Formats: sequence, structure tokens, C-alpha cells
Amino acid sequence: MDLPPVKQAFSSTVNEVTLGGANGRKAVTIGGAKTVPYGGDLEATGRRPRIAVDVLDAAPADWPGALAEAYKDVLDDPAAWAAMAVGDLGADLVCLKFDGIDPDGGNRDAAHAVAVTRRVLAAVNVPLILWGSGHNEKDNAVMPKVSEAAKGENVLLGTVTEDNYKGLTAIAMADGHCLIAEAPLDINIAKQVNILVSDMGFPLERIVMFQTTGALGYGLEYAYSIQERERLAALGGDTLMAMPVICDCGSEAWRAKEAKAPAADFPQWGDEARRGPLWEAVTAVNLLQSGADIVRLRHPAAVGQVKAYIDTLWGKEA
Amino acid sequence: MIAIGERINGQFNDVRRAIAEKDGGPIQDLARRQTDAGAAYLDINVGTAAEDPLDAMRWLVETAQAACETPLCLDSQKPEVIRAGLEVCDTSRGVLLNSSPLSKKSDPAVLDTYASMAREAGGSLICLTMDTEGVPQTIERRVEIAAELVTRAMDLGLEPDRLFIDPIILPVNVPGAQGQPGLILQAIEQIALLSDPPPHITMGLSNLSQGAAERSLINRTFLAMAVSHGCDSAIVDVLDDALVDAVAAAEMIMNMQIYSDSFLKAYRGQAGRQR
Repeated sequence: MDLPPVKQAFSSTVNEVTLGGANGRKAVTIGGAKTVPYGGDLEATGRRPRIAVDVLDAAPADWPGALAEAYKDVLDDPAAWAAMAVGDLGADLVCLKFDGIDPDGGNRDAAHAVAVTRRVLAAVNVPLILWGSGHNEKDNAVMPKVSEAAKGENVLLGTVTEDNYKGLTAIAMADGHCLIAEAPLDINIAKQVNILVSDMGFPLERIVMFQTTGALGYGLEYAYSIQERERLAALGGDTLMAMPVICDCGSEAWRAKEAKAPAADFPQWGDEARRGPLWEAVTAVNLLQSGADIVRLRHPAAVGQVKAYIDTLWGKEA
Repeated sequence: MIAIGERINGQFNDVRRAIAEKDGGPIQDLARRQTDAGAAYLDINVGTAAEDPLDAMRWLVETAQAACETPLCLDSQKPEVIRAGLEVCDTSRGVLLNSSPLSKKSDPAVLDTYASMAREAGGSLICLTMDTEGVPQTIERRVEIAAELVTRAMDLGLEPDRLFIDPIILPVNVPGAQGQPGLILQAIEQIALLSDPPPHITMGLSNLSQGAAERSLINRTFLAMAVSHGCDSAIVDVLDDALVDAVAAAEMIMNMQIYSDSFLKAYRGQAGRQR
């Protein structure tokens, strides 16, 4: 009797989600993995992971020096910032993060958010991610207007959570966008959010999952294991967990003291301008290995390092 | 759980009557309802009363598959009846043949016949842990026969993932048979270790409670226990909501489905996709 072929068989595929692709904007498709990350045939690996560079709607007041320095000429101008992210850094996507509308972070109004959205849409030709402040009430008031301003652009809109999903889900459906379903590092809640959103009639095929990301030193191992389990569930046929995944590496990594503390305070840690981006890049590379389809990044040097890592595994893009 | 819907069987009065009168309505209704309830396959059995079983099988297959997209499980101990069903069956959706023992006094080559039909149809096969001696009384012999089935099926071109081993469950209220279900659980555990990937393990669940009281309770309790030992399929009444709920809970408890507050709904949404 011949030995049967040894094969790691997965019965299902991660959903493919296409962002952009309308009004002359580039289309970016993510997902499609048929096997664990880098665990089998290249053809089964699915789509190349993508880098989204964060652009804030208003100049951040609390960014660490090394990070603020890198964007010092554009911090006040989201359109120029987005153009730099795409033109100079090669961002695949721009993540427009509306921290400036948060009542605790500037409390800017919907008119501001809509104007910024329009200017950034006009400034770049890559797909956008439009991401609220995380303050439920304010997001519910402002993000529907942001969604409407980008109607027909097939953006990735977020986020919806177990406790706050109805408004944004309805507006994303009406405006033809994709949706980020968020869970607090909890795989059971992630599944529940997907069920709730799909119960409203939103197609599972247009959802991208987001687990609040843990950075290096701050729960990265836990985030990794959750991402890994989500991916195994997707490949095993759980259609409610078959979505591609986005990770927020930039803002999480730069919250770490080890990333941002000045060398003057911790001489043995070395130069923070080099240390911070490394902290961010290590976080992102780890999460890419857990199956992340989009990583949100901040520092240009981290973008360069993660890009080089993706190029090494996937080959340079033409 | 690969649930095989048991209801299109000539042993049920409504189906026997429909076959006799060539009345497709009740058959198509059962096909649709079992599909909606999450059946991965629909069992098709003409029963014993059909005047012309070959003709009845062709008619049942055509009638059922016109009503839904669910693949069929052609069920007969007579190869010629299976063959008649295959003539008209849309095997592009998959097909399961039910069933063959390892060997039979009256037909020593029975497994070869069924395995060839399954292979040629691109389908899967249910095999019974039974040989010329009948149903074995011990765990060891059941597992031994299962091992022979896996080996023999591979020789005949059927990989273990296209094989469903049925350890044969007997009615629990038959005198002297009450120890059998417990033994079968142990046998299932060992059969699941025979190969990697393992063969599927299925059972004609309703047989367990034949003639007993509280049939639904007996069936779903045993099925939940069997799931915990590695059983991944059953020929069942998928229209029994309590039974499907029990499977959903059992699979969740065994960490085969990720828990969510809506786990019953999640299970029903996915059932039928798993083949």
C-alpha cells in the first residue's frame, strides 16, 4: 500500500474584501487566505497584506517627539499628510483617524470632519479607512455624515462594537461601504458582533474584523493567539469568523513607555527615534505572522521596515 | 456535524404513500424543510414496500434534487438500487452512498462494489462495522473492522476523508443490548485515531431509541455524548429542534465552534455548509 499524501487540509477560505475601486480610485483587495500564514503553498496564502498609514483629522497634541517630528510639516494639514503617506511612504491605504472629534480631544464638529474627509479623498487615489474617535455618542453624531461625504467610494468605515453597531451599520449599508467590526481582545464578542451586524442585513463579505491590538510588551502574545484562533476558525469553515483582519500597530506601539521614553531619561535604552519605530515594526511583523491583512502604522521608518519585510516574503510589487 | 436528514425513507407512512402515488409534493416539502434545518445530505431510501425499487429510487432522487441544492445520500442494501439512483443523481453537488459492510456471506465483494460506485461518482461512502459474522459484540472487533474498512477503502481509491464509519447502534431497550451504546462511545474514540485525517464517524441515531419512550431525549443525549468522543456525523431527524440545539451546545462545549451569545443561531446559520 502506498503512503497517502500528507496534507494540511483546510476546508474554507478567508473572505476577500475589495476597498476603493470607484471614481478612478485604486482598488485594494485583501483576504483570500486558504492556509495559515506562510504555512503552505504561496498560491494558498491569499492576498498580499497591506499597510495603512494613519492620518489624523487634527494635529495631535500628545504625540511623542519622535513621531511628531516625522510629520512636523503636515500635522496641521490632513490632505498634505495623506499625500505624503502615499507619495513618500508608499502607503497602500490611508487611515483617516478622527481623534479630533472626541469631546476629550478637541471636540470638533461634523462640518470639520466632512471637510477633512473631502480634502483627503481629493488628495490621494488609494482607498480610505474612516475611523471614528471611539467616543460612542460623538461618533454616532459625526460618522454618519463622514460616511455620506464618502458615499460611493467604498471606504472601510469603523468601528462598530457589540454595544454600538446599529447606526454605523445602517449608514455603511446605505452608502456602499465596508465595515470594521471591533471586539475588545475577545474572540467570542468578535463572533457576536459579526452576527449582530449580519442580522441587520449587512453582508458578512464586507466586514473586516478588528481586535483592539496589544503592542509588544503590552499583550502582543494574547493578541497574536486570538488572531491565530480567528484564522483557524475561518479556515475550518466558520463563516461567521471568515473575515480578513486589521490590526492597529501604530497607536498601540507608541503608547508603550519603551517606545516613546526619551533616551535622556533612559540612556541604556538608546535613541528613541530609532527605538520607537522598531517597537512599532516588531509589533506589526508579529501580527502579520498571525494573519493580519491590514496593519495600521504611524512612523515612516516603521512603514519602511514593515514594507521591506512584506517585500521579502512576497516579492517586490511591480 | 455532518447531519444526514433521515426523513425521505419509505418506512415512514407519508413517504411510502407518496412513492406509491408518485406524489412529489410531500417529498419536495421534506427536502426543503430538512435543507432549511441544516441537513448536509438528504438520505433517500425507498423502503421495503415499493413495487419497483429501482424505479422508485430514480423517482425519489429526481423529485428531491429538484426541490433543493442539498446533496443526496442514496440508501439501500441493494447495489442495483444505488446504481439506479446514481443514473439520475446530480453528483456534481456531492453524493454519499449508504452503506456497505466489510463483507457479507451472500456477497463477499460488497465493499468493492460500493466503493467503486462511490469513487466513480466522486462521492463518499458509509461503511458499517460488520462482516460475515454480523454485528460484533466487542469494542475491539468493531475497531478492527473499522481499520480493515479504512485500509480496504484506500486500496479502492477512497481516502479516509471520503469514508464514513458507522459503528452500528442498536436499540437500547433490546434485552442484553443496553451496554452497547457505552461500548460504541469507546469504539468511536479509537476509530477516530485510525488515520490522519480520520474517517468521518456517523450513526443511524434513531435506531437507538426504536420502540423506547422519550425518543427525542434519548437520541439527543446520546448524540451529544458521541460528539464528545469524536463522532462528526449522524443520520438524524434534523427537524427535531431540541436535537439540533443539543448538537450546537455539544460542539461549542467541545471547543469545535467558537462561543458567542447567539451560538444556537450561529450554528444553524452554518449547518449544512460543513461537508
